[in-house]
Amino acid sequence: MKILVCIKQVPDMESRFKANSEGTWYDETDLAFRMNEYDEYAVEQAVQLKEQLGGEPEITVLSIGPDRVVEAIKKALAMGADRAVHIRDDKYYQKDPWQIASAIATHAGTKSYDLIFTGMQSQDRGSAQVGVTIADQLGFACATTLVGFAYDSGTVTVKRELEGGAKGVVRLKLPAVVTCQLGLNTPRYPTLPNIMKAKKKEISVQPIGDLLKVEELTATDRMYPPAKKGGGIVIEGDVNDQLDRLLGILKEKTAVFR
Amino acid sequence: MKALLIGEYRQGKLLDSTYELQAFAAQLGAECAMVLVGSAAQAPKFGGKLYLADAAKYGEYNPDLHKKLVLEAVAKEDPDYIVFVHSSYGWDLAPRVASALQAGQVSEVVAVLDGKFEVTCCNAKMRRTVTPKSARTVVTLQAGAFTLHGEPQGTPLLETLELSDLASPVEFIGYEAAERREVDLTRAEVIVSAGRGVGKKDNVPMIAALAKALGGELGASRPVVDAGWVPHSRQVGTTGQSVSPKLYVACGVSGAIQHLAGMKKADFIVAINKDKDAPIGEIADVLVVADVMQFVPAMTARCAR
Repeated sequence: MKILVCIKQVPDMESRFKANSEGTWYDETDLAFRMNEYDEYAVEQAVQLKEQLGGEPEITVLSIGPDRVVEAIKKALAMGADRAVHIRDDKYYQKDPWQIASAIATHAGTKSYDLIFTGMQSQDRGSAQVGVTIADQLGFACATTLVGFAYDSGTVTVKRELEGGAKGVVRLKLPAVVTCQLGLNTPRYPTLPNIMKAKKKEISVQPIGDLLKVEELTATDRMYPPAKKGGGIVIEGDVNDQLDRLLGILKEKTAVFR
Repeated sequence: MKALLIGEYRQGKLLDSTYELQAFAAQLGAECAMVLVGSAAQAPKFGGKLYLADAAKYGEYNPDLHKKLVLEAVAKEDPDYIVFVHSSYGWDLAPRVASALQAGQVSEVVAVLDGKFEVTCCNAKMRRTVTPKSARTVVTLQAGAFTLHGEPQGTPLLETLELSDLASPVEFIGYEAAERREVDLTRAEVIVSAGRGVGKKDNVPMIAALAKALGGELGASRPVVDAGWVPHSRQVGTTGQSVSPKLYVACGVSGAIQHLAGMKKADFIVAINKDKDAPIGEIADVLVVADVMQFVPAMTARCAR
């Protein structure tokens, strides 16, 4: 079995964001980057499947972006992926989800993968398109928003998360693409021996131009912080002073403290 | 300008989110037709044409067949926009339709500004305006972002959609109901919620202590539940419980849209967060900029007096 896991490196979402000089994406200066949280579940599920099948499947991890994304790739290799493809693109943020998906589908089209794992969305752009579009381009079965995954002799049975906490149980024939939701599993922390082992694993590098043959279908005009609605009171300063003010407000405005 | 609206149907019922599609079309000033894989008995109130496929035959979730059905309606209507709700149904189906049509997709639209679509990104800390470059555009709408003014009206003109080939690589087995709730947060007058900012499981009792001091219940955001710090029965948000207490205290909750959707109806919202820019500040009546570890025990001590 051949498995592909698509991962993205994104900024820590606790960061402060501001627009870049072009005004169409965020300024990367001073941001700390890490693996997209949803993708950690995708890597973990692929590695668990490899373990279930006695180590037989080969797991390739793929990421598109500038050289910094190699850090996320190394983490996936240390978690248990076998090899990696870095599709180098310094202007990744100017590509729309259609172009990213098309580039990945072009790569996958020649590799005969049986199963492709992705996160259900990225934490920065959040389009939730790339995985599904890859499936459609390749003619693979696809299910999104997985909170459950089971593999048994060529068939994948998944649980999709629905609104209100219900789940939809779906069976897929391979080849398939599945997109992973938070809570699907417990992503492992790479151990030191596995981090050392990962250093020897192959990372092949390819420029995006080799794979990207289509024009964008959507374009970002502008990125900006949301307008502050105002109205809300912001309390800063010493904890005791903050408490005096907060409790004063709560006594006045709510019935809870009467 | 014409929009094709893709309605939602689950467990034998039309979903109300279907009317948000109509609100969006009205705002866009588009003429519209609808598609529903559902039943005639559950047809939406709508004054236009409804392309109806029988859910008993095509399944409530069968994205490969639903894609083909939507494409049939697209061929008949030649719409400029194909509109879905950004839901477990919409985000699953929309990219398949967009890919088949080679149409650009704009995901999770929150507003229409001068003919451009505004979307959120970076955990709601930033927004973008997006312009489609394709002849047709697929759009998904953030749940709750568009509201129909007044009651929906009309009886649709029905046209049945049929497919000859029902083969599909995806088989829907069935629904699994939400876990039984040990705690009914919907009745709580005060809820004190723990978010990722509480740092670790060992800190959760500190949040629970404040809830107790205020005579309320402990709630939690999704990351805290996923990490196993608090049981799912206490999760507030889209995939947990929707609550409307008199007082909601969010401790270290950043304010992802899915969480806000479950608690924004609270009468009074206090957020305690060390990040002054956290999206929770957008809807909080009071934002206390402080370290949860310091502030919460101090507040508990004062309230327990």
